[in-house]
Amino acid sequence: MKQPILEITNLRAGVEGKEILKGLNLRISEGEVHAVMGPNGSGKSTLASILAGRDGYTITDGQIVYGGVDLVEMSPEVRAREGVFLAFQYPVEIPGVNTTYFLKAALNEVRKHNGLSELDAMEFLTLVKEKMKILHLPEDFLKRPVNAGFSGGEKKRNEIFQMAVLDPKLAILDETDSGLDIDALKVVSAGVNKLKRADNAQLVITHYQRLLDYIVPDFVHVLSNGRIVRSGGKELALELEERGYDWIVKEDLQTA
Amino acid sequence: MTSIQSKPTPAVADPMVREFERRAGQTPTTEPSWVLPLRRAGFNRFSETGYPTIRDEDWRFTNIAPVAKLPFQTASLPGAESVTAEQIDTATFGTLPGPRLVFVNGYFSAALSRPSDPTAKSTIGNLAAHLEGNASVIQPLLTPSQHILDDPFACLNTAFFQDGAFIHVPAGAELKDPIHLVFIATNEAKGASIHTRNLIIAEAGSRFTVIESCISFGAQAYVANSCSNFVVREGASLEHVKFQDESPDAFHLANLHSDLGAASQYTSHSFALGGLISRNTIRSKLNGPGLECIFNGLYVTRRNQVADHHMVINHNEPNCASHEYFNGILDDESKGVFHGRILVQPEAQKTDAKQTNKNILLSNSATVDSKPQLEIYADDVKCTHGATVGQLNEESIFYLRSRGIGKETARRMLIHSFAGEITERVQCTPVREEIDRIVWNRLEESPSLSEKLATASNGTPTPEA
Ligand SMILES: Nc1ncnc2c1ncn2[C@@H]1O[C@H](COP(=O)(O)OP(=O)(O)OP(=O)(O)O)[C@@H](O)[C@H]1O
Ligand SMILES: [Mg+2]
Repeated sequence: MKQPILEITNLRAGVEGKEILKGLNLRISEGEVHAVMGPNGSGKSTLASILAGRDGYTITDGQIVYGGVDLVEMSPEVRAREGVFLAFQYPVEIPGVNTTYFLKAALNEVRKHNGLSELDAMEFLTLVKEKMKILHLPEDFLKRPVNAGFSGGEKKRNEIFQMAVLDPKLAILDETDSGLDIDALKVVSAGVNKLKRADNAQLVITHYQRLLDYIVPDFVHVLSNGRIVRSGGKELALELEERGYDWIVKEDLQTA
Repeated sequence: MTSIQSKPTPAVADPMVREFERRAGQTPTTEPSWVLPLRRAGFNRFSETGYPTIRDEDWRFTNIAPVAKLPFQTASLPGAESVTAEQIDTATFGTLPGPRLVFVNGYFSAALSRPSDPTAKSTIGNLAAHLEGNASVIQPLLTPSQHILDDPFACLNTAFFQDGAFIHVPAGAELKDPIHLVFIATNEAKGASIHTRNLIIAEAGSRFTVIESCISFGAQAYVANSCSNFVVREGASLEHVKFQDESPDAFHLANLHSDLGAASQYTSHSFALGGLISRNTIRSKLNGPGLECIFNGLYVTRRNQVADHHMVINHNEPNCASHEYFNGILDDESKGVFHGRILVQPEAQKTDAKQTNKNILLSNSATVDSKPQLEIYADDVKCTHGATVGQLNEESIFYLRSRGIGKETARRMLIHSFAGEITERVQCTPVREEIDRIVWNRLEESPSLSEKLATASNGTPTPEA
C-alpha cells in the first residue's frame, strides 16, 4: 500500500494579518508527482515556503502532517534532514561560500540525522561528480561560490543538482522551468525524472503545460485565491493551457 | 589652505620639543647631514598643526585624543635579549621562506633578520643603513611632500623616524619569495611612541611581494606610527599585505602612500585586527595610463576597538582601474570607520573606479561610519560605490537551513565567508592561508558569532550608487 508523505488539511495561513492560504487541502503519497498551477498571486510560493519552514508566516488553522508527524513543529533544517527539499523560485546568491563546502556540509547533516556515516572529501566528490553529469554541469561549478554570478538558468540547474545530491523524500519545485531555455528544460526535467522513485514524491509548481510534457504529473491541482479549487489528471493541465483559469474560478464561485 | 601661526599649539608639548632638539644637537651625528633639515621640516609642520582633532575633516570619525594626551616619549633601544629568533619564527608568518627584516620597537635587529641572497641585485635592508649610500634615491622620497604635510602623524614620523625597511628591486627582477617585514613592540615600549619609515621601490617590470606584520609581545599601550612609500614604476607588479594585530591597548597609525606608474599593478591589502585605535591613511597616485590597483581590506574588531581606513585615490591618467573592497566585522562596542575618496582628474578618461564597504554588526552596540567621497572631473568614466551596514542576510540563512545546515552553522558560514571575500584576494598562497586561519580563529573566539545577531542597523550606511 502507498504510504502518504504529505497531508495538508484545511490550511489557513498568511503574513502580517493577511490571509493567503484559505483552507487548503492536499494529499501526496509515495511515488506520486503532483503539479500545482494557478494564477499569479494565488499562493503557490507561499505554500512552498510554509512547507520549507520560512519565517514570517502564521498558521491560523489546519494542519500539515509529513511522514505521519506534525511538520509545523520542525525547524527548516530538521525538515531538510527529514527529506523536505525546496527548489527555490529565486535561488539565493551566497558569495564567499564555496559550493563544495556548502553541499558537503548539507549532505553530511542530512546523513548524520539519518544515522548514516559522514562522507569524506573523496567519497563526496565521487558522488557529486556523478550527479553533475546528470545535469550537464561544468567541472568548475563546484569551486564557485553558491549561485554567485550564475545566470538564471544556471541557478535553476544548481537547485536540481542539490536535489540530486540530497536525494529528498518530498521535493517541491517552485517554477523551476522559468528562466530555462528549451535544452536546459529537457536536461533538468530528465534529472528530476531520474530522481523519481517508488518511495518519494514531487510537488511541481508551474505556469506552463510545457514542463508537464517532460515531468508527467499523476495529479494536477489548480490553486486559486488560497485554495485548491480543482484537481484532476494530467489532462487538466492541457485544458488549462487552452482555456485559462477563468472558467474554473467562476465555477468555484458558483459552487461556493 | 593657509594657516597663519601666531601662538604655539599646546599639543606640541615641551617634552617633544626638548626631545627633538636633543636629537638634533647630538654629536657625532649618525646620519648624513641632509636628513636633519627634512626632520625639522616635518617637526615644524607638526608644531603648526598639532595633533588632529575630530574637528579636522580627515579625522571626523576617529578621536585620537587618547594619543595626544600621552606624555611624549620615544621608544628606547630594547635590550638584545628582549626578543628571540624563536619567538619570531613562531609568530605570524614566521615560517615564510625568503628575506626577513625585523624591527623591535622601531629599531632594526640584524640578529633577528635574514638578509636577502647576497648575489641578488635587489637591496633589502634597513633604511638607516642606506641613508648614506643611497641618498640620491632616498632623499627625494623623504623630503616631505604634500601628502606628508597634510597628515600630522606623518610629519611627526618625519621628525622622529628611527628606522624602517628600504627595499629597492631593480628593473625586470622577479623575487620568488615574499619579503617579510616584522614590526614588533615589546613591553619596553610601554607608554612610548615608535616611528618607522619604509621605502619600497619597484623598478620597471619588477615583480615581488611584501608582507608587513605589525604585532606585539605583551599587552600594553604604546603608539606605533609608521609611514610607508611605495613607488611602483612602469609595468611593475607589487603586492603588499599589511597584517596588523597589535596589543589591544596599542595605538596604530599608518600612512601608506603609493605612486603608481604606467601599466603597473599594485595590490594593497590591509588586515586590521588589533590595536585600541588603528588608523590607516592610504593614498595612491595613479600617475601613468593603463594601470590597475586593488585596495583590499578587512577589519575585525571587538570590545572598544576602533579601526579606521581613510582612502584617497587620485586618478591622474586615462585607462586606469582602481578597485577598493573593504569588509568589516564588528563586535561589542567596537567601531569601524571607512572614508573613501576618489578623485578623477579631467585627463583621466576611461577611469574604472569601484569602491565597496560592507559591514556586519555582531552586536547592537557596534557602529560604523562609512563615507564615500567621489570627485569626478572627467566625463567618460565608470565609478561605482556602495556601502552597507547591518546584519546577515536572512534570505541566505534560510537558504542554507533549507538544505539541512543548522541555524548556528549557517550564521557562522556566512560570517566566515564575509571575511573570506577579502582574504581570498591575497595572491601569495602561504600568506593567504595563514591569514585565513588567524581570521577564522579570531571569529570563532567571538561569543556573538552564533548568537542572535544585531537586529537593528546602526551607523550611516550609504545607499548603492
Ligand atoms: N511577505 C509577504 N508580505 C505580504 N504579502 C505577501 C507576502 N508573501 C506573499 N504575499 C502575497 O501573497 C499572495 C500570494 O503570493 P505567492 O508568492 O504565494 O503567489 P504565487 O502563486 O507564487 O504567484 P506567482 O505565480 O506570481 O509566483 C500575493 O498576493 C503576495 O503579494
Ligand atoms: Mg510564486
